[in-house]
Amino acid sequence: MNKNYNFAFLDEGSKREIRRTILKAVAIPGYQVPFGSRELPIGRGWGTGGIQITLSLIGQEDVLKVIDQGSDESVNAVNIKKFVQSCTDVRTTSDTHKATLIQTRHRIPEIPLTNDQILVFQVPIPEPLRIVEPREEVTKKMHAESDYAPIWLQLYESIIKYKKVTISSEYPCMVENRYIMNPSPIPKFDNDKLNDSECLYLFGAGREKKIYAIPPHTKVVSLAFDDIPFEKEDFKGKCCRLCGSSDTYLDEIIDSATGEKYYQCSDTSYCEEVRKNGVR
Amino acid sequence: MAYVAVSGGREAIEESIKLLDYYRSGTEQDIELEAIEKKMGLLIDRVMSEAGFYDRHYAALALKQSEGAVEEAVFLLRAYRSTLTRNYYTNTVDADGMRIIRRISAAFKDIEGGQILGATYDYTHRLLNFDLEHETSGELLERVQTMLKEAGREKIEPCKRVSQELKKEGLIDDVPLNEETPFDVTENMLEFPAPRSARLQTLSRADTGYISGLAYSCLRGFGQVHPTVGELRSGYVELDVPYLFDKEESICIGEILITEVESFSEADDGDKLKLSVGYGAVFGRNENKAIAMSILDKALEKEGKAPTNDQEFVLMHGDSLEMNGFISHLKLPHYVTFQSKLDAVRKTRGGKTDE
Repeated sequence: MNKNYNFAFLDEGSKREIRRTILKAVAIPGYQVPFGSRELPIGRGWGTGGIQITLSLIGQEDVLKVIDQGSDESVNAVNIKKFVQSCTDVRTTSDTHKATLIQTRHRIPEIPLTNDQILVFQVPIPEPLRIVEPREEVTKKMHAESDYAPIWLQLYESIIKYKKVTISSEYPCMVENRYIMNPSPIPKFDNDKLNDSECLYLFGAGREKKIYAIPPHTKVVSLAFDDIPFEKEDFKGKCCRLCGSSDTYLDEIIDSATGEKYYQCSDTSYCEEVRKNGVR
Repeated sequence: MAYVAVSGGREAIEESIKLLDYYRSGTEQDIELEAIEKKMGLLIDRVMSEAGFYDRHYAALALKQSEGAVEEAVFLLRAYRSTLTRNYYTNTVDADGMRIIRRISAAFKDIEGGQILGATYDYTHRLLNFDLEHETSGELLERVQTMLKEAGREKIEPCKRVSQELKKEGLIDDVPLNEETPFDVTENMLEFPAPRSARLQTLSRADTGYISGLAYSCLRGFGQVHPTVGELRSGYVELDVPYLFDKEESICIGEILITEVESFSEADDGDKLKLSVGYGAVFGRNENKAIAMSILDKALEKEGKAPTNDQEFVLMHGDSLEMNGFISHLKLPHYVTFQSKLDAVRKTRGGKTDE
């Protein structure tokens, strides 16, 4: 552990302030709570919101897992893990079951998380209404007044034009019939996992200085019309070339030697588990 | 398999960091911290100003560590700043009492207290000086020391502001002292409309290039602020913190070098005109940044359609850390979201492009 710095890098006062923000976020699911985001040795836009949540929550007993694109070995995940370890000495794992605190970028693990686990998301643009309104001053009022017409209109126009809702990842959802929320750039495939979950989901946006949360058993519904249901990414007829799973989010990979296209589980820890123990 | 981008991350990062030392190694010649600190003063000033962190020595260290990249050095200082407990807030600094090293006015030929040109590159011819190729540091230092000794010391009294006279004349509004606690942008998320204290803090810490460009756009016509520099002063100001056991007392904890600008523009005053003041204050001798800040301070108060009239636009996009962080994050893998994008695109094309 780097003895020149405090446990978990930030000074205790800052960590406490972030925990208070988290409490408020948990109390108002889906509502973006502003906070005094601190600068970290890792770039803004590289997961500093998630890292600040992780740093403020982590204790010596915690077991940390960090994933990026579903993978524990991705450069960014490795980098964040290395940083948290250098200032805490906590244990890390790639086994989803063993982790108490999981920080993620762009994915929710395939296996359902439990109520003694916390999943921390890194969020680049927390404001779901940003796609229809660039001004914070305006979007804040829109949330206050539940004025969500513009985003519904966006979905409608997309259907008229393309016969599909063309939002790819970061698909907005409605939390407890009150706040529209940006689930962070997870694929639509993962949106359902947000609904009525066992674990606590925390979202941190460092550059944009917001924290929000989905506590366990919260109702989270992806925006859709009655007659045109929400549609996830489609991997019909495809399966992971390593573990054979056909019900997971798959990475499309082009073999650099042969140019052949194949698919592989994006959640590497899950993929390994299936290969070891067979399908759950 | 050749697909290694998401695996072997740890080794790749370690080797990459080692390679950075290669780029720092270059030559046997040393760049001592002391030399960076004392000979690259304007660079140090810029880094400290954008970092919002006043420490010349650590700024030099940050520059040494980052091959002289300003944004990296700013980054290092900001991150370090996050680890420090904030024990005190200083009292409001009274820049009237500045120990002045340079003071000019473009508004009046003669000002009370006098114009003090001080050191400026403004009137140099920007010709590469080939003599410096073979300059000896020791000789330079000795020559300057002798010059200073011969010149002797002349006391510069603290002087009133140029704007003060115009206030007396009623041409500039004499606003009452605002004793409200300033908004602290380092501990709170900006809210809009942002109070002036938040706007000034944000501008003072902003990326120099960013606010220079914005101020320039305003001068050129995307906006209507073309002020006169009423006063630009650089010098040392004392910092005091309240004494814990006696509220009436304060303790001086040192002094910092700042540049302060007041720029004047015409403004409506009912059926008459008056002058209004734009304010800029930055760490160090960052004169253009201070002037740019004063222009934007004014532009942000105006209603209009120019980009510089838009608070959110101006204030949300000028932080060195935030802009460079978010731009550089595009280098991170986006496999999952790109897969999702591909899926969305393919679906609108009837799925026939997939095989």
